[in-house]
Order: sequence, then C-alpha cells, then structure tokens
Amino acid sequence: MSEMSMNTASGADGAAAQPQLREVPAVRMEAVYKHYGDFTALNEVDLKVARGEKIVVCGPSGSGKSTLIRCINHIEKHDEGLIYVNGIELDHQRKNIDAVRRDTGMVFQSFNLFPHMTVLENCILAPMTVSGMSEAEAKDLAMHFLTKVRIPDQAEKFPGQLSGGQQQRVAIARALCMRPKIMLFDEPTSALDPEMVKEVLETMKKLAEEGMTMLCVTHEMGFAREVADRIVFMNEGKVVEQAAPEEFFKNPKSERARTFLDQIIH
Amino acid sequence: MSHFSPTAAVNYFFNYFLMKGVLVTIGLTVAAVIGGLILGMGIALMRMSSNPVLSGFSRFYIWFFRGTPLLIQLVVIYSGLPQLGIKFSVITCALVGLILNEAAYLAEIVRSGFMAVSAGQREAAWALSLSPWVTFRRVTLPQAFRLMIPPLGNSINSLLKATSLASVISVEELMRRSDMLMQEHFQILEVYAAATAYYLILTSVWDAVQRRLEKHFGRSNAAKTRRVAASAPVAQAGVGARA
Ligand SMILES: Nc1ncnc2c1ncn2[C@@H]1O[C@H](COP(=O)(O)OP(=O)(O)O)[C@@H](O)[C@H]1O
Ligand SMILES: [Mg+2]
Repeated sequence: MSEMSMNTASGADGAAAQPQLREVPAVRMEAVYKHYGDFTALNEVDLKVARGEKIVVCGPSGSGKSTLIRCINHIEKHDEGLIYVNGIELDHQRKNIDAVRRDTGMVFQSFNLFPHMTVLENCILAPMTVSGMSEAEAKDLAMHFLTKVRIPDQAEKFPGQLSGGQQQRVAIARALCMRPKIMLFDEPTSALDPEMVKEVLETMKKLAEEGMTMLCVTHEMGFAREVADRIVFMNEGKVVEQAAPEEFFKNPKSERARTFLDQIIH
Repeated sequence: MSHFSPTAAVNYFFNYFLMKGVLVTIGLTVAAVIGGLILGMGIALMRMSSNPVLSGFSRFYIWFFRGTPLLIQLVVIYSGLPQLGIKFSVITCALVGLILNEAAYLAEIVRSGFMAVSAGQREAAWALSLSPWVTFRRVTLPQAFRLMIPPLGNSINSLLKATSLASVISVEELMRRSDMLMQEHFQILEVYAAATAYYLILTSVWDAVQRRLEKHFGRSNAAKTRRVAASAPVAQAGVGARA
C-alpha cells in the first residue's frame, strides 16, 4: 500500500519519488507465516527480491520452499505477515490477487500443461481470455515464445506426445505468453530424465540473461552457481541463510547448510 | 397358441401403437438425462462445497434417492402426494421421479469426475490468472467430462430401462403399451419379443454414441500412450482409445 502511493505521488513530490519508484522491489515479504493445522510451513519469513534479480531457493525436502514460492502468487494463502509483489499488496483482495498473478508466471515440477489442448492452445488460452487478444495475435505471440524455447514445430501436438523436457519448455513458453515481470520456478527439472535437464536449464539461463526477475527452487547447483545472484537457504520453514553463490558454497554459515551441501554435492 | 409366431412378432414390431410407446420411452429418457444432469450438477456442487449445510443436504439427498427403489418413489409421487393435495399429470409424475432419482446417481459421477482432475491443473490455471469461469469451462470441465463418460454411459443405459417402471403409474411408454397389446391379443412372447428388440436397439444405439464420445474426448489421452509419430495427423490419434 505504502509503495503504491509513491506511484500516485505527483507535483513537487514527483521528482523525489522517481528514484524510489525504481527501487520498488519485485517481491517483498515481511514476517510471513503459513500454517497447515498445527504445522508451521513458513515461520517468520523475510525476503526481498530486487527487480532483475535471480534467486535460487534451496533446502531440504519439506523445508517450505514450495510453500514460499506459491505464496508469492497466492496459490497458497499466507496466514500472517505482508507480501508485496511489484508494490501490490497481496491482501487476499480479488483484484490484487489478479494483478499479482498477471505479473507473475509459474513453472511447476509436474509441468501442469492442459492435456486436452494442443501446445498452441495451451499457449493462447490465457492471452485470449485474460488479455483479450485476438486469436491471430495470440498465435503470433505463442509462436514467438515457442520459437524462443526452440519447439515451434511441436505447436500442433498434444502435451502427451512430447518428452518431459519439451513439455517443460512449453510450460515456460505458456507462462511467458502472459508477459510476466517475475518468473517462479518450483523444481522445474526434478521430474525430468537426466538427459533433458540441460535443455530446460539452458532455456532458463537465456531468460535470466534477458533480465527476467526469477525465483527458482532447484537443487541444480551448477545452475545456481552460474545464474543466481543470491542463494536463499531454507530449513524448517525459516530462511536460514542468504548469500551470493560463491560465498554460500565456499563457507556456508549455518551447520544445517553445511550438512545439506555435503549431501547434495557428495 | 401352442407355438411362437415370428410373423406376429414382426407385426408387433411395426405396430404404430407400440412405436408411439417407443417414442415416449425415448422422450422420458432424454428429458430425465437432461433434467438429471442439471440437478445432479447442482447436487454435486453442493456436495463439494465447504458449507456444511449445503454438503450435508446433498449427502442426504444422494443417500435417500440411491437407498430407495425408484418404483416406490414413482408410486409415492403419483398416488401418495395427492393425499397432501399435491397433484401432477401422469407424465409429470414420471419425469419428476426419474429426474430426482437420476440426479442422485449423476451427482456422484459428476463429483468423482471433478475430483479426479489433478489440483495441478487448477493451480496452473490460477497461475495464468484465468477467471474461475474459464478455468471451469476450458480446463476442469473437459477433463472431468472425459472421465465421466463411461459411468455416465452406464447410468443412462440403466435409466433407459428404468423408464419401464413408469408403466406402473400408467405412463404409456413401451412397456405399458406392450402390456396393453398383450392383454388384447394374448400373444405374450410375440409382443415382448418386439418390445425386447426395441430396448436392445435403443441400448445399442446409445452404446455406439457413447463409444463415439469416448473416442472424441479421449483423443489427446490416446496420443499420450501411443506417441504418434511427428507426421501422423493428430485427428487419428484417438483410434483404439478403448483397450
Ligand atoms: N496442503 C498441505 N497440507 C498439509 N501440509 C502441507 C501442505 N503442503 C505442504 N505441507 C507441509 O509443509 C511442509 C513444507 O512443504 P513444502 O513447501 O512443499 O516443502 P518443500 O517444497 O521445501 O519440499 C512439508 O512438511 C509439507 O508436508
Ligand atoms: Mg517442493
């Protein structure tokens, strides 16, 4: 709320507000809690992501990584605390939730493509029904992004006819068709056969190079080293540690992060 | 009268009086399916609602109508309700009974169809900021419907035959008119052979329709298991969907 008011400031305040406006973070979470019954899945999480920043979220299974990322586009409702996305407060109001979801794209571990639609139909559904594009416009846009993820020739196929890696690239293209400002990835390569991981990571790297703001839950530490500006390490619902990749991999501060890294880097 | 006369059976088959009964049977079935689907959708939505009153009512409704014979339901509506001053025409009584009964079965089919669509599908739709209506109409409904077709088909097959119970409350559908012919001519086997043939024709036609529906809505699914070659036309991917 306070951040949006900068936007509407006018006159003499305008000049002073300008530099600050650019600093409105892509995501700001303050003391966010999420409970499932008695279980605390997010425990006082604070997180700030600048525009254009690439964050890799890692941590042991069950530490709340998915919950964190799913609260950002309100697929899970947080119980306490504040979440701002591009200055819009996620306060459970329909119009704010819709605004946030239009600004964010999400890629799931299990792809979640619509199996009864072709690749092209998957990509044009939201542009046509949400953004009100004509079919021709939406198809042009979809082909643009399908070309970008290097599968324009699969446009007329159904998801079930594609390999896992191809499906995940379609899922990325489908999200990009809504021209999101932030991309959320929840273990995008965990369900893939090893030989397909690379093609998906390459696509994500390209996206990162173009300046997309990205939050990515992944255990691909090579990707994290190369692409991430910052690693966020979670354990038992808390953000335990945040550091640049070199720093995090060389000398993790917490004992928990050290044992975690030992396990996955063997 | 000591033997079966095929000629008489064929004559009954082409008897106009009986044919009109067939039309009534078809009409009852179609109306009960449409009414039952609309009401059943509502009952299913209530059943899936988080409101305990709505889901409780729906639970009770399904329990009641699936737990009592359609015959009793029809007789109560036809001869019982007038005692309370509620009176409908014969055909309305039959339709009300069939629709109320069918809705209970269809509600469970509709509900299990929607429950079988994975949560990830809805989440993907939300993440794309699709409206609730578009999510329902374009994402969940088509997938749920595909899963509903086989049980829906069975239920409609049963309903088609269950319309014969309306004969008890004097609706002149196929069964009732067979009875009437039989009582007039006493050619029991010949009349019922004609009626049986009609029921078989109706259920077989419905079977064929059901197969076509399954093939049509299963096209993307069949593709999943068959990994159709790049050049194969997608439209053919549904062939052989039923294993
Ligand atoms: N819908 C839910 N109901 C109950 N518990 C849940 C639900 N979703 C997640 N959890 C629990 O919350 C914890 C964090 O889950 P999650 O964010 O998926 O972890 P991660 O992605 O780090 O593996 C887990 O212990 C999980 O069992
Ligand atoms: Mg997870």
